[in-house]
Amino acid sequence: MMLSAALRVMLIAAALAAGCSGAPWNNPHPADEDGANILYTSFSERPKHLDPVQSYSENEYVLIANIYQPPLQYHYFKRPYELVPFAATEVPRAQLFDENGRRLPDSADAKLVAYSDYLIRIRPGILYQPHPALAQGAQGRYVYHDLKPGELSGIHAIGDFKATGTRELVAADYVHQIKRLAHPRLHSPIMQLMGEYIVGLKELAAELARADKATAKGGFLDLTRFDLAGAQAVDRYTYRIRVRGKYPQFVYWLAMPFFAPVPPESDRFYAQPGMAERNISLDWFPVGTGPYMLTVNNPNRQMVLERNPNYQGEVYPSEGEPGDAEAGLLGDAGKPLPFIDKVVFALEKEQIPYWNKFLQGYYDASGIASDTFDQAVQFTGQGDVTLSEEMQARGIRLQTSIATTVFYLGFNMLDPVVGGYGERARKLRHAISIAIDQEEMISIFRNGRGIAAQGPIPPGIFGYREGEDGINPYVYDWKDGAPRRKSVEYTKKLLAEAGYPHGRNAKTGEPLLLHLDTTGTGPDAKARLDWYAKQFEKIGVQLAVRPTDWNRFQEKIRKGNVQMYFLGWNADYPDPENFLFLLHGAQSKVKTSGENASNYENPEFDRLFERMKNMYNGPERQAIIDRMVEIARRDAPWVWSLFPKDYTLHHAWVRNRKPNQMANNGLKYQRIDPQLRSQRRREWNQPVLWPAVALLVAVGLSLLPAVRTYRRRERATASIDKA
Amino acid sequence: MIAYITRRLLYAIPILVGVNVLTFALFFVVNSPDDMARVHLGVKRVTPEAIQKWKEERGYDKPLLYNGAAAGGGRFIDTIFYEKSVRLFAFDFGRSDQGRDIGYDISTRMWPSLAIAVPVFLMGLAAYLTFALLMAFFRATYVDFWGVVACVAMMSISGLFYIIGGQYLVGKLLSIVPISGYDGGADAFRFLALPVIIGVVSGIGANTRWYRTIFLEEINKDYVRTARAKGLSEPRVLFRHVLQNAMIPILTGVVAVIPLLFMGSLIAESFFGIPGLGSYTIDAINSQDFAVVRAMVFLGSVLYIIGLICTDISYTLVDPRVRFE
Repeated sequence: MMLSAALRVMLIAAALAAGCSGAPWNNPHPADEDGANILYTSFSERPKHLDPVQSYSENEYVLIANIYQPPLQYHYFKRPYELVPFAATEVPRAQLFDENGRRLPDSADAKLVAYSDYLIRIRPGILYQPHPALAQGAQGRYVYHDLKPGELSGIHAIGDFKATGTRELVAADYVHQIKRLAHPRLHSPIMQLMGEYIVGLKELAAELARADKATAKGGFLDLTRFDLAGAQAVDRYTYRIRVRGKYPQFVYWLAMPFFAPVPPESDRFYAQPGMAERNISLDWFPVGTGPYMLTVNNPNRQMVLERNPNYQGEVYPSEGEPGDAEAGLLGDAGKPLPFIDKVVFALEKEQIPYWNKFLQGYYDASGIASDTFDQAVQFTGQGDVTLSEEMQARGIRLQTSIATTVFYLGFNMLDPVVGGYGERARKLRHAISIAIDQEEMISIFRNGRGIAAQGPIPPGIFGYREGEDGINPYVYDWKDGAPRRKSVEYTKKLLAEAGYPHGRNAKTGEPLLLHLDTTGTGPDAKARLDWYAKQFEKIGVQLAVRPTDWNRFQEKIRKGNVQMYFLGWNADYPDPENFLFLLHGAQSKVKTSGENASNYENPEFDRLFERMKNMYNGPERQAIIDRMVEIARRDAPWVWSLFPKDYTLHHAWVRNRKPNQMANNGLKYQRIDPQLRSQRRREWNQPVLWPAVALLVAVGLSLLPAVRTYRRRERATASIDKA
Repeated sequence: MIAYITRRLLYAIPILVGVNVLTFALFFVVNSPDDMARVHLGVKRVTPEAIQKWKEERGYDKPLLYNGAAAGGGRFIDTIFYEKSVRLFAFDFGRSDQGRDIGYDISTRMWPSLAIAVPVFLMGLAAYLTFALLMAFFRATYVDFWGVVACVAMMSISGLFYIIGGQYLVGKLLSIVPISGYDGGADAFRFLALPVIIGVVSGIGANTRWYRTIFLEEINKDYVRTARAKGLSEPRVLFRHVLQNAMIPILTGVVAVIPLLFMGSLIAESFFGIPGLGSYTIDAINSQDFAVVRAMVFLGSVLYIIGLICTDISYTLVDPRVRFE
């Protein structure tokens, strides 16, 4: 009877196996999406903000950069990074004026410039995505702008409103968004910075704060009633931004969502009573003119971008950098964007499931984590990186790019031991800089994904120098056509000159003990920190690591209670000013709560920075940057650690992908071949049932003797229990 | 019985106040309101003014427990603790520090948690009791010996291993179900099958061994011998008599956890991408969202108290000797 049951199970399983030539069973996506023009990717953390005036994180930009349409964007292919028009008709050039309002030439000295005007003309005919905030009735009245209590019952998402509408994008929408930077309830992270530049923004913030106090809590603060001198709509499609002085980097901000248009109607719509209580806000449901619109915002499960039906007028680029055409990246030149109908961001908190689903073909692209690096990538005898055979067999492609990011180990320049500007402290910092073998660290802990930094400016940013001209001469020598780290003997000599022969204080004889504050915890961080301790041991210096949580770490940095620390910086825009300002004295963390966590202050560096930041790229600016980098290398407020190298993988059915560190709106260029994807998924995911059947049979067979024993016991006659 | 339950509910009030005070103290020992503001406002270009404004808007600019600047009762009322805690007792969870309605979030996220927890609980209980009874039935045979060995081996393995191993084996190598993900409606079955199986299998070792011990204690009692002497079959002896008499220790462990099924599983939900309350709590802790943390701890405490009361009530149902006195 038992055997026959097992046989039945086997037969059912065999029948199921026979019928498994259809769709894969392990497909996590709905079956009706098979063959659809959908890109599948993921997110691991719920975005905090989708309001473009607040959003400032990578994981938020991945979404809103494809929804909103700032005036400018970065060219998808060209390197170095180049600004091109997005909603604007052209990239604006600053018009400089003196204090009497007289026009100055572009080359005018920054001291003479009282203000700069940016005149931005947008393309006519751009339409907003369909949205209830813009829905109008027969008489042109907005359908949902005067909702009565009870009309919101049953509504929990923007899709619950039946009517939607659109209207043309106008210059006033950009002006409105600039005013929103000063909104007292929105906490824009760039308000303080822009308040220094945009004429009247600070004053507007104060005025709005007063008006907000007079408004009922949570009530609507109508920004259209307030004027901003520094942002004015000139006509329906043109607006002017006026900034104080000369600020050439301002155009880069125009490519960020902070300067994307927001219709005033959306503020009025979302400010209605009951909206916030239902979690309906612009921070949750954006209103944009970009190629995609957010149709599902369920960060507990998935977020979905769908093609904005009103988006038109943008075509695929026809130019790139050398090699792009050969790589087939320009084959779609001139075709209307976007190509993909829908992008599904699924919640995937852990790396292992994501990686396995990528290998199954259920995600279209993936990064490479340390755990999976060896499975994905191998090094050739020449040290080049190639895909492993398994990846090649699946047709997976590898792309690498150097991130516009710098990681560093900072010295607190206010610290009496490692800080200061004397020869002794400088030599100590140089000795430590040499002792920490960044190349080894990159090899061991990052699988070679990075290049040792020679200074604060990463490759791809103006001011970066390659080759012999670009090495840090205090740490490296140029030998045989490559930078070679100086020897440990030389380091020990430096240390002795710094007053610490053999790692001991020459006066007191006490060993030199340095403290490193870090937020790193867990086994990986422990291994890395042990490695750092060994680097210090090489020169006889003791390293005490002080692990701390992020809050305490920040507090210590703010108060200057650290000796050494790890930090990094991810570029806002591709300009050297955005890296060198991290060493500007006016940004000192202790003095001004700025971004200069080392509290580095060098008068010459600061003077040069003030000049450099107002200049356009050119030989003169390069010369100043060279000098600034030299000063920074000599003073060594940081151990220049590394510029990370990003590795990304994508399947053969994904086309037109090119890593772009500055642009987050790359979805519209990508194209997929859904038929190839379906075919591969079927090939790679055929269900295998025999192990499950075999397991059931094995369990059944193993129980047979027990069943026999039971039957024997049940049929046995009563006997005296000897036990 | 009503008097007993009322008394127990009244006892619960000081317990809940204590839990609230402890949660509050532990949270604010680690995080200051300034830290919370920084986490919410981001890392880059955060100004002291923005931090102050964030705190003011959410009421974190007040003293924690005692407001010396206020007069009379305001010294205790005009504090973060009072304002953030007192409404909880009316089950008004308020808004998260990100501005979301916590009550709504809980009401939507408890269903995926229950979708895993209830099948794991029911199937697990059935499986563990069956295996334990089987081992008790085959006591002193190779089934019992190797069963115990398997149980010890299984309870020695980390829960995380079951999840990763299960995903790899069933989802990747055998390609039978999706590795992770979630969907509503009937499609949920495809996503829940693996976490439920893993949830049941990972508990087999410890639970089967525990129930086996309980059954073996019962199986040598006189009434069992009497039952056998009467000629009852062994399955009938075990399932009808032994199981019923072993109910008190079983219920002690089982009934108390029933209300907690709402709270979800922290690790499993994270690995399987299930949008339940387990991952909600973890997210809140990571993002230092005190409003959500206190709401979830409060809810957990309430449910646990309810579970304990239900346990006591269940004793009377299975053992007539137990009285509410």
